[in-house]
Parts: sequence; C-alpha cells; structure tokens
Amino acid sequence: MSWKKSLQEMPLHIMLIPGVILTLIFSYVPIAGIVIAFQNFKPAKGIFESKWIGFENFEYMLNMPNFTSILWNTVFIAVLKIIAGLIVPIVAALLLNEVASAFFKRTVQTIIYFPHFLSWVILGGILIDILSPSSGLVNQFLGLFGFEPTFFLGDDRWFPYTLVISDTWKHFGYGTIVYLAALTGIDQSLYEAAVVDGADRWKQTLHVTLPGMMPIITLMTVLSLGNVLNAGFEQVFNLYSPMVYSTGDIIDTFVYRIGLIDAQYGVATAVGLFKSVISFGLIVLSNKLASTYAGYRVF
Amino acid sequence: MHKLSMGRKVFLVVNYTLLFFAALACILPLINVLAISFSAKAAAAAGYVKLWPVDFTLSSYQYALSKPEFLDGFFVSVERVALGFGVNMLLTVLTAYPLAKERTSFRTRHIYAWFFIVTMLFNGGLIPTYMTIKETGLLDSIWALVLPGAVPVFNVILLMNFFRNLPKEIEEAALIDGAGHWRILWQIFVPLSLPAIATVTLFTVVHHWNSWFDGLIYMNSPANYPLQSYLQTIIITPELNAVSGNELLDMNEVSDRTFKAAQVFLASLPVLLLYPFLQKFFMKGLVMGSVKG
Repeated sequence: MSWKKSLQEMPLHIMLIPGVILTLIFSYVPIAGIVIAFQNFKPAKGIFESKWIGFENFEYMLNMPNFTSILWNTVFIAVLKIIAGLIVPIVAALLLNEVASAFFKRTVQTIIYFPHFLSWVILGGILIDILSPSSGLVNQFLGLFGFEPTFFLGDDRWFPYTLVISDTWKHFGYGTIVYLAALTGIDQSLYEAAVVDGADRWKQTLHVTLPGMMPIITLMTVLSLGNVLNAGFEQVFNLYSPMVYSTGDIIDTFVYRIGLIDAQYGVATAVGLFKSVISFGLIVLSNKLASTYAGYRVF
Repeated sequence: MHKLSMGRKVFLVVNYTLLFFAALACILPLINVLAISFSAKAAAAAGYVKLWPVDFTLSSYQYALSKPEFLDGFFVSVERVALGFGVNMLLTVLTAYPLAKERTSFRTRHIYAWFFIVTMLFNGGLIPTYMTIKETGLLDSIWALVLPGAVPVFNVILLMNFFRNLPKEIEEAALIDGAGHWRILWQIFVPLSLPAIATVTLFTVVHHWNSWFDGLIYMNSPANYPLQSYLQTIIITPELNAVSGNELLDMNEVSDRTFKAAQVFLASLPVLLLYPFLQKFFMKGLVMGSVKG
C-alpha cells in the first residue's frame, strides 16, 4: 500500500518545503555562482555574458606576491588557535571537576561562558581599549612589573599571538561544556574501584578520568582539522590594521578586500573557492578519521 | 569526614585560585569598560580608571542615547532579532521534526538530510553570496539579514537529536489516538523539548543581535545599519567616519573613549540580561542535543 504510506508522509514533505526553498535560493544559488571564479566577471555583463577564462584567476592568485604570506598567516593563526582551543578547555574542565562547592563551580562556569556570547565588534571595542599602549588596563598592569608598554594590536610580531590569546579567552569557557559533559558520563564505579586499589586523586585522573575523556578529545581534535584554513574572519577584521597586514592578513580578510573593496570579483571568488575546496577536503578527511579512531560519524 | 592529605589541600587551594583568576580574566575587561563609561573624560584620558568609575557621570550615556544613529541602529537590531527569531525558530522546528523520523516512516529523509548538511560543508563564499542577495533585490532591506540564514542547520541538528531522544512510545500512542504529524509536533514534541528550544532560542537571539558583517555589506544606507554594524563603523574603523573626530571635541564632558565604552556596554546589555535566564537551560539542552546519551 505505497500510496497510503505516501499520504502519511505528505505532512512531513509540507513541513520541509519552506526550508528547502529558502536553502535553494540562499545556499545553492551562491554555490552555482562559484562559476565566476572561472570568468573575467564584469557585473554589468553578469554571469551569462562574462568571458570564460579557465584557470587564469587561479594562476593570478598563485602569482600574487603576498599570497604565500597570507596562506602562511592563515594556517599559523588557525593551528595555534586549534591547539590552544583544545588544551585550555580540557584543563578547565578537569579543574572544575575537582571543585566540591556547587556554588563556586556554577559561578565560575557562568562567568567563563559569557564572553562567547558577545560579538567581535563589542570585544574588539573592549580589546582595543584595554590593550592600548597608553591608557589600557593590560599595559598598566604589566607596567607594575616593569614591562615597557606593548602595542599588541599594532605590532606585527605580537599581533598573531594577541589573536590566539583573545580567541582562546573568548571561547574556552564555552568549550569546557563538552568536556564537562563527557566527565559526567564516566562510570562512577571505576572511581570506586580505583580508590579500593589505592589510587589517589592524581592517579584517578590519570587512569580513569583521562581515558574516559579520550573518545571526546579524539573527536574534537579530529573535527578541528577542518578549521585549518579558518583563522577567524570576524575577529581579525575587527582587530587588524594595515600596520599588521604582514602577519595578520588571512584568506578571508584578503577576499573581502580584493572582492568587495577592489571589486575584483573573479579573483576573490577564486581565492575563496581555493579555501573552500581545501577545507571541504579536510572536513571529509576528518570525518573519516573520526569514524576510524573515535567511532563517531558526524555525517 | 576523612582527613585531606597535605598534597590534596595544596592542590585544592591552587585549583580554586586558578579558577578564580580564570573567571576574573573573563569579567575584568568588561568591568573596566563599564567603569570607563561612567567616568569623566579627564580621568579616562589620564588612565586613572581601573575597575571603579572616577568622577562618576552619566554624560556618555546621555550623549549615546541622544544620538539618532545609535537609536536607529538599536531599533533596526530589535526588528532584526524579532523577525529573525520568528523565522529561524519556525523553520528549525519544522525542519527538525521530519528529519528526526526514522527512514522506515519517512522514506526520503536521507535525501533531505543531505540537502541541508551540504550547506554546512560547502558554500558559495563571500562574492557569489553577495551577488545572490543583490539579484534577489534584498539589498538595503531587513530581509537581507533574515532570509539568507533562515534555516540554521546546526540548530536543526541539535533539535533533531533532541527529538530523537524522546521516548518513541509517546508518538506511537498519539498516532493510535488519531493525532497527525502537525498535532504531534506542536502539542507533544515542542512542549517536551523546552530545554533544547531554550538553547536554540539563546543561540538565535544572540546570533541576530551580534551579527554585524551582513549589515555592513548588505545595507547601502548607514541609516539601515543594525546597532552592531553601526558600532563596527565607529568603534573599530573610526577613520572611515567623520563623526568621531571633530564633533566630539565640542563635547565638554564626553571623550571618544568614554563614549565608545558607553556604547559597548549598551550594546551588550540585552545579551547580559537574557543570558542568566537561558543559561541554566543550555547546558542540558546542548548536551542532550549533541552527545547521544
């Protein structure tokens, strides 16, 4: 009785119609628009009239003098962020787990999650102020220990690290949620058994807690692989300036400048596509690794 | 009560101290900016303000709230949050419910699921997306900020997993009693999923309130900027905007610094107010939606 089953499924199809239509227009049409990466795109002519030029935009991209440094900046910043973004939340979760006072634990959690919910515009405003070399709180504090004022956001040696630290600061509290959840899932009888065997808290952490967290740590590590070319557009865009382009300019900010500011649509789309294809490959790879090593399939 | 060993005591003291400073590090910058916003111009400029206002004054707030650009931005943001929240929540619920079905009861489920997942893996990127918005004629309209992200796939997956963890028997019983899918969704699934819905609500509202880049590029006229886009132009890139320089020199009690601080605080106020109410749900909602229990 297939028609009866189809009739039963009808409401489910109807529920999906609005979402499908909007996704088609706003996600799939832009994907089709990627063809302009292979065109000498002129907005006046549009996609159908613009001249096809094959891989010329990509050749142009690879021959740009600053392309290598932009690629390097992106990978460098992203990888440091990934590493810090894994370690700090794990440590925070382990430390929070040792806290007996429910009030203290809850208060700390509430406060450390909070920066995650503020925009990079707001945090940019705050960071520009507190990192200011003349009147900022951070330099005043470091001054107490005899450090010379540092222009964290205007010095190209410091800029990448300032990005990594502030990004970790914004997100580590939120990241601990995942690990705390994993900690609550560990079988309590394992701890009891460890105590019977004479293990102290440190040994318990080493032999029960960490192995218990291993699957989720592996999973998060593998999944972060897909972000190797995502150094964080919103953050960089709000904190960088021409002074730090040499170490702070990343693929996404570069696409914005050559695309929307200089109106080189074809080249900007080619650079964006280059990034998307590599990221897509990394995501597929990491999904495969996740299913092999963590027994978890995202898709 | 067994006695704690010496090492354990030392560890606990260090642990509490570390966590205390971690929390402090997350909140001090905000307190500093808040203190600056309430301080007099001279004290702020001289760097006297740490965590408590010096020469308390409300003039920066008066100035911010008297600026039409600030108020316009605020109302555009409120409109955006209201529209975006409505569209996002409706579509999240409507999309998550069919996708939560097993393939036996919804045979084309996997096709739809992949249709949405692809958009998480791959997108057109900045330029093609911009051109699509332009071609649809949405530039300069509030819908350019609402419709492109109408189906937040991450939230759909979260809610879908939550729906899947609900006991199957409830749905079966309802079906036997003659309830259709629509009734099951609105009268059973949605009320049972409040922690997940509260979580998604927080994400959606915060997302729309905090977004600034789409406002910046899709709005031709600065009068249509949402608050965060407006703040981006005056706080982050002041050289692009003539307002910050000369006009402020005429102000007696407000400096660029105190004025920016006041606006930063005002713009984070809604999140600050909403957060404690929904925060207690999101641990539960997020964990149940993501980690299969």
